[in-house]
This record gives sequence, structure tokens and C-alpha cells, in this order.
Amino acid sequence: MKALSIQQLSKVYDNGIKALDSIDLDVEQGDFFALLGPNGAGKSTTIGVITSLITKNSGQVTVFGHDLDTETELAKSHLGLVPQEFNFNGFEQVKAILITQAGYYGMPAHEGEPRADKLLHQLGLWEKRDTPSRALSGGMKRRLMIARALIHNPKLLILDEPTAGVDIELRRSMWGFLQDINDQGTTIILTTHYLEEAENLCRNIAIIDQGNIVENTDMKSLLNRLDKEVFILDLAEPLTTELKLDNMHIAKIGSSTLEVEIKKEQALNDLFTNLSEQGITVTSMKNKANRLEALFLSLVEKTVDK
Amino acid sequence: MPTQRQHHWVALSTLLTREIRRFIRIWPQTLLPPAITMTLYFVIFGNLIGQRIGEMSGFAYIEYIAPGIIMMAVINNAYANVASSFFSAKFQNHIEELLIAPIPNHLILAGYVMGGVARGLLVGIIVTIVALFFTKLHVQHLFITLSMVILSAVLFSLGGFINAIYGKSFDQIAIIPTFILTPLTYLGGIFYSIDLLPEFWQQASLFNPILYMVNAFRYGILGVSDIPVGLAFGVIMLFIVGLASFALYLLNRGTGLRH
Repeated sequence: MKALSIQQLSKVYDNGIKALDSIDLDVEQGDFFALLGPNGAGKSTTIGVITSLITKNSGQVTVFGHDLDTETELAKSHLGLVPQEFNFNGFEQVKAILITQAGYYGMPAHEGEPRADKLLHQLGLWEKRDTPSRALSGGMKRRLMIARALIHNPKLLILDEPTAGVDIELRRSMWGFLQDINDQGTTIILTTHYLEEAENLCRNIAIIDQGNIVENTDMKSLLNRLDKEVFILDLAEPLTTELKLDNMHIAKIGSSTLEVEIKKEQALNDLFTNLSEQGITVTSMKNKANRLEALFLSLVEKTVDK
Repeated sequence: MPTQRQHHWVALSTLLTREIRRFIRIWPQTLLPPAITMTLYFVIFGNLIGQRIGEMSGFAYIEYIAPGIIMMAVINNAYANVASSFFSAKFQNHIEELLIAPIPNHLILAGYVMGGVARGLLVGIIVTIVALFFTKLHVQHLFITLSMVILSAVLFSLGGFINAIYGKSFDQIAIIPTFILTPLTYLGGIFYSIDLLPEFWQQASLFNPILYMVNAFRYGILGVSDIPVGLAFGVIMLFIVGLASFALYLLNRGTGLRH
């Protein structure tokens, strides 16, 4: 079953900007889906239309088979949203925000309260349950928005750049949490600027640019399209002699650091054999850039060229 | 499995509870000022100046103005509650919590209006207690008194809601109360009977909806009114239906809320 189906969706803002140009998009139930695109590409407009915060000009949106126009309440009841900007009442206490949101979804307080307690524990906010939300740190506010979006057990969770401005440690713990709830059956749609995040978490991906879907495929197929990769190698000792590698582009970027470009058809084993023969020991190796980033840039640049 | 009606009831009561919790949490801004202001009205207009004015429509002046002062407090607070609460929700973007939830627009409107009515009535009770320190109030027609105060609070809550929908800044939220509501209130027969006015101004006063509320409410308490009470109810109901329809139209359209 499709968790989300978008057909021929268009949006032109009052100022004439065409944010979405008749896009189609399907997300299967249980998927962890990435919606990527540069700033102003149409990601937030798409999410805004799905969550009823933005009115569309034309097209159809269905959530778990329920049309957003004709079965609005049913469609909305399946959705949870973690927006990009903080949007809770700064004067309300953390737990009260969750219980109130549960009530908006028809959950009475005796059901909402234990659910809120569970989420507060899971997201490390229990100690702050009686604190007004404005007094929380940025990371805690992000976690509160996730707890609020999950309070009514939505089947489809949409996160609009949930880890923006979050430190690495917290970002990793949020990734773990999101993976857990996806494993438990919640479909997740994620927009992010951290392409590493999309690559690590998501199984399928759509790239949107200038209001059009320019790519919509599974992550593995997309990454397979890379025809070359660049690696950074740290050497045990500084290089003293000229280095020669057959059919591989190599550059010395420090006394004991190399940058090597390897084509898709070339094997890494050949590289290491070659280096070993020349008496060079490699202590560590890493990708120069995130693989998805390279693809993303090439796809977006293509649409600019058009 | 809860029915849709039960879902709606929980959502509405949640919204109303949140509204009541809000104005009680900030009671020094919402409940205390009307008590102080209305005490000053009773001291200055009722006791000090009122003693020199003498009787009006057969009642001591302070007794005559008491219903109007109570009504003024009710409508001002009903209006202010919805205008400030809904505008703050827009300003802080937490109105999105409601907009994404499966709550029909008429329940969102009902929840905010009921919150405004709740504050209006609570302030009305506070001001009535204050009034009893200065004068006696023997309610002549209880049903008319209660229904008029509730309908007036509903009407002004709807006005506050529409103001908040259009408002883009806190200044714009203050413009209507300052330049429209306050003059209409003072010219709405709180402090005088329109019989005292020249013929032209008597007729002009009939276009002021607050005149109908104040007089019908005064009739409920004192048994005297410048306006036929049936007409007053009719006018107020007409305004309520008109404003409620317009507010719902704006909500459905997403004016000021959805891009």
C-alpha cells in the first residue's frame, strides 16, 4: 500500500513563484524516504501541501488511500510532522504541549499522558517535562518536536530537516531513534541538507529542483551510477620518491597524504598491491566527499544547465 | 473504537481547556486589570460624580451604570482573549499544531470563541462582585441577563477572532479595540440613557450594536431599557450569524493562515 501518493501537484505562490510544477511522487508503506533538493527547490512546499499548511493550485494528495481534499480528517490523522522551524507555544510546559497535541487528535488525557511519558523518556526529555518550552536548548526543542509529531502514533512521519543545527552526537542518537521507529513500521519521509544522513538512513530517494522531480529511485541504484570515487589515503611515512600508479589519477596533498581517483571498473585491491610493491604502507583511507553529494550536485547542475 | 463525534469532543475540550489555562496562567494581565479599572469607574463615575448627577430612569446613577460597566468588561475581555490568543498562536506559529490536526474548522472557531466567552464571563463575575461593594443589584429577569451576557461575549469573541485572522502585527490587534471598540462602548449607553441625546444622535446610536447589548442586559437586571428587548436579541443574533459565517469562510479559505 502507498503511504503517500502525489499526482500532478502544482503550486504557484501569490508573488508568481512557481514552487511545484505538476509533480508526481509515491512513497510505499514502511519506507524510509529522502526528499532532497537545494534551497527553494520545493521540498518545504511539498511538505506544506501534504500537511495542509499550504494550499495547492491543482493535483491530488492521498495518505494511506485517503484523499486529502475529500477525506481530510482521515488523511490528517495518519500524519505526523516535524517542521523545520520551532513552532510551539514557548510559555507552555513540555508535557502539556504533548498532551494538548494528543487531544487535538482525539486522544483523551488518560491516554495521552502515558504516551507522553513514554516519549519523554525515549527522547531524553523526562527531566524537562515541567519546563516551559522556550527554556529548552535547541537540541531539546528538536526532540520535543519529534515527540509531539509521534504522540498520536502516526503511520507516516514527515521530518523537514530535523537535524539542522544539531550537534553530531545528538544527530547520531536521533538517527538511531528514527531507524527504530521505522523498523517498528512507521513510514518516514525526510528532507535534509546532510546528504550523509539521507545516505545512511533512507532506502529510496527523490531529488526535487526548481519545482520538478529530477530523480526518483532507490538509494542503491543511485549510488551505483557513480562512475568514479575519490579516496584520501594517509601513509605511515612521508613520501620521498616519485609515485607511479597505472591508470589511476593520483595527487599528493601533503607529505604523507594522497588523493586517488578510482574508476568504477577498477579494483581497490590493485591500488593496494601497487602501493605495497613500492614499499608504501597505508594507515587509513576515507572517501573524499560524500558519494550522494557528488550525485546530487551533478543532478542539480543538470537542471540548471537546462 | 472511538467515534468521530468522540474525537471531536476531545479535540474541542482540549482546545477550550488550553484557552482557559492560558488566561488563568497570566491572570495579572487578564483578570486583575478589569477588576481595578472597573473599581475606578464605580468610585469616580458612580460615587463621586454620580452623587451630583442624581437619578437616571428612576435609579441611582451608580445603580444605573452598573450593568453597562459589567457588560463593558465582558465584551472587552471576550474580544481581547480571542484576538491575543489566536494572534499569538499565529505569531509563534503554533497555530500549525491545530491546522495539521484532524479538527474541522468550525471546531477550531468554536474552541476559541468558547475560550473568549469563558474569560468574558469570569471577568463579568469578578466585576459584579466589585459592583456589589458599591451598589445593590437585584436581577429582574435572570434568563435575559444570562443569555444576553453570553451572546454578547460570543459576538465579541467572533470579532476578536476575525481581527486576529487579519492582524499581521500586535499593533494591528490593538487598532480595532482602540479606535472602534472603545468609542462604540462609550457611546453605547453605558453611562447615559439615549433619551438624553438630541434626536439625531438618538437615531445614530441605533446603529451601534453595543447599545442593544447594554440595554438588554440592563433590562435583565434593572427592568428598564431604551430599546425593545426582542429587537436587541434579534440584532445580536443577526450579528453573531454574520460574523460566525464570515470567520468560518476565512478559516476555510486559509486567510492569514495558509499560503
